Amino acid sequence: MSLTARDLGLFAIMGAVLAMVAMFQSPQLAVTILNMSLISAIMALGVNMQWGYAGLFNVGIMGFTAVGGLAVVLIAQPPVPEAWAAGGLGVLLGLMLGVATILAAVIVYKKMTPGKLRGLAIFGVLLVGYLVTAKIFGPAKQAVQAVNPASEGYLGGAGLPVIMAWPVGAVFAAGIAWVIGKISLGLRSDYLAIATLGISEIVIAVLKHERWLARGVNNVTGIDRPVPRPVDLQPVPWVQSLADTLGWSLSQTASVISGLGYSALFLIVLAMLIWLAERALNSPWGRMMRAIRDNEVSARAMGKDVTRRHLMIFVLGSGVCGLAGAMMVSMDGQLTPGSYEPLRFTFLVWVMVIVGGSGNNWGSVLGAFVIWFLWVQVEPAGRWFMDLATSGMAADSDLRQHLLGSAAYMRLLTMGVALLLMLRFAPRGLIPER
Amino acid sequence: MEPLNALISLSNFMLIPALAYGSQLALGALGITLIFSILRFAHFAHGDTMALGTAAVIGGTLFLQAQGVSIDPLPTALLAIPIGIVVMVLYLLAADRLVYKYFRKVKAKPLTFVMASLGVMFVTNGITRLFMGVGETRFEDGQRFLFTVREFRDFTGMAEGMALRSAQAITIITALIVMVVLFWFLNRTRAGKSMRAYSDNEDLALLSGINPERVVVITWTITAILLVLAGTLYGLDKGFRPFNYFQLLLPMFAAAILGGLGSPIGAIVGAYVVAFAELGITYAWRRVFSYLMPEGLEPTSMMQLLPVDYKFAVTFAILVIVLLFRPTGIFKGKVI
Repeated sequence: MSLTARDLGLFAIMGAVLAMVAMFQSPQLAVTILNMSLISAIMALGVNMQWGYAGLFNVGIMGFTAVGGLAVVLIAQPPVPEAWAAGGLGVLLGLMLGVATILAAVIVYKKMTPGKLRGLAIFGVLLVGYLVTAKIFGPAKQAVQAVNPASEGYLGGAGLPVIMAWPVGAVFAAGIAWVIGKISLGLRSDYLAIATLGISEIVIAVLKHERWLARGVNNVTGIDRPVPRPVDLQPVPWVQSLADTLGWSLSQTASVISGLGYSALFLIVLAMLIWLAERALNSPWGRMMRAIRDNEVSARAMGKDVTRRHLMIFVLGSGVCGLAGAMMVSMDGQLTPGSYEPLRFTFLVWVMVIVGGSGNNWGSVLGAFVIWFLWVQVEPAGRWFMDLATSGMAADSDLRQHLLGSAAYMRLLTMGVALLLMLRFAPRGLIPER
Repeated sequence: MEPLNALISLSNFMLIPALAYGSQLALGALGITLIFSILRFAHFAHGDTMALGTAAVIGGTLFLQAQGVSIDPLPTALLAIPIGIVVMVLYLLAADRLVYKYFRKVKAKPLTFVMASLGVMFVTNGITRLFMGVGETRFEDGQRFLFTVREFRDFTGMAEGMALRSAQAITIITALIVMVVLFWFLNRTRAGKSMRAYSDNEDLALLSGINPERVVVITWTITAILLVLAGTLYGLDKGFRPFNYFQLLLPMFAAAILGGLGSPIGAIVGAYVVAFAELGITYAWRRVFSYLMPEGLEPTSMMQLLPVDYKFAVTFAILVIVLLFRPTGIFKGKVI
């Protein structure tokens, strides 16, 4: 199952389009689109594993990417010793008590016979656990947040190399996915959708609210980068000579080179993932997954544990989304919980998977490139269109100003129309499953 | 008088807002449950369609205000609701013709419908923002309070005050009327009965001469009415911001699942449970307990179980508990 000439042609067209962006708009823009497309491609791969291989409907991609992003802060940022001294242990103890409370409630539920007594016991355990946890956690949290709040006010990270955060981000996301999957897999298919929708909102709420963790809405900025920053590249002699040969400004050359450094890293990760995914899909395991997707009942009759397989693929796919989230944060060099929006991070990835071709890994990659390109370019195109459409009106007319101002929302409309057209006329996507 | 003061404080800050919020959720969840039981898919565009309906009502309100029409002390928006309903009926029927009808014809899987509703969600979202932007719009006019805290205190002589906003009162009353009418419609009229029959068993309904396309049209029409009412009442109560409507999706679905997907009475009960749980758990109980506890034992902390930012977590926790212990919901779902 390799690429056909037609698929290669589609990728070539996409490459040519990006090259045109570099020529006619700006090389920086082309590199930015390329990098974000690569990250989106990894997200789409993760979703494609869940949807294309197994038919699982995950609408919590935003939450998994955000958790991956959190891992970058926790791994790469230097620790804040004053904050640890002020309340680090209390916070950790509080978290452990919280987990212990839930575990205790689960044990009570499993050990006791059903009845009123059990209900009361569980309630009692939860209440006592909550009060004790709140007593220890609350003050410790306040103490941590009071440490130098303008620039710190959080526990900081482990101060490790930022690349290490990528696998850790994947593990974080996979852990959350395991809990969600345990609860909602094996029930109706739409329940997983609602459950993932919920958990992603909660993850964002936690990131925004728990300032001791990653500064909440105050954002963590200036995170270590895996490739040199443009500013550091500018004094390098070969960069300067390259700028002269190309006839570009020095800052432009430096930022393009820095961006291409990320592209190289992302390409390596993407290539590894695709290789693994393709191998898996064409192995007996992949055939089993597709058999389960296409007919759960007969797969079950063949002795396959459908729920367990679903859980496995759900955890794997979410882990890949977490990896992409970590990569994105380390590219931006900052974690901004306020910027996570479900339309952008969950539903747009879905459009990528559907447009690209669900069930086909290469399709997801192509879909990510096409849709991200549209997402970036539709806004200026919309503004241009609105400008044209309203050119008959007076320049200071309210309606004209309003329409020009809302051109930004054209992209949502375009995405919706693209998704609907694909579903209707080419439900198998640009590169169909074969 | 201490317990009475506690009750007044509780009503003012929790019971009345929760009742209003629950009514808004109930109208939304009813729409979700209807679509689920007739068209058999989870309608993800619900929140955004609600936003578009409200936008239409706001447009109507502005137009009426410009014409000098007013029904003071009631908000003008109530007069504009029919405009919104007409717009949304046309919009949803157009969406059905252009999008869902084809998938029904080819008997697509339920998740394909859900995908299609994601597409409709994007489009609706874009249209709403084209007209309204992303900021907050307030369109409540007329008399804002039935009675204010001060009036209540002067009238009763109690230490605690209580206010009733007209938006809240209108919400609760409208929701009650709508629910009664809806149940009368489903149980007593021919169209309602054909809907229930279709939801119960599609093939049998076809055999008995029920026209499925007609059932679908009626379903979308009812959904449009519920949507516009829910959206407008929510907007009157809390202001209109498109993103908030999208976020209503989770509590509305939680309500519908909690009550049992496909069961209208379940959707209503579920909505109130979600609303009271959300507000109850994020409410600071200190004031109430300071009246109830004996002297010297007054609470010192806020007595708030979770910060308000976590109201989604409450909804979600309810959802998880239901999924774990009673996946069919309180009222066994599926049939209306």
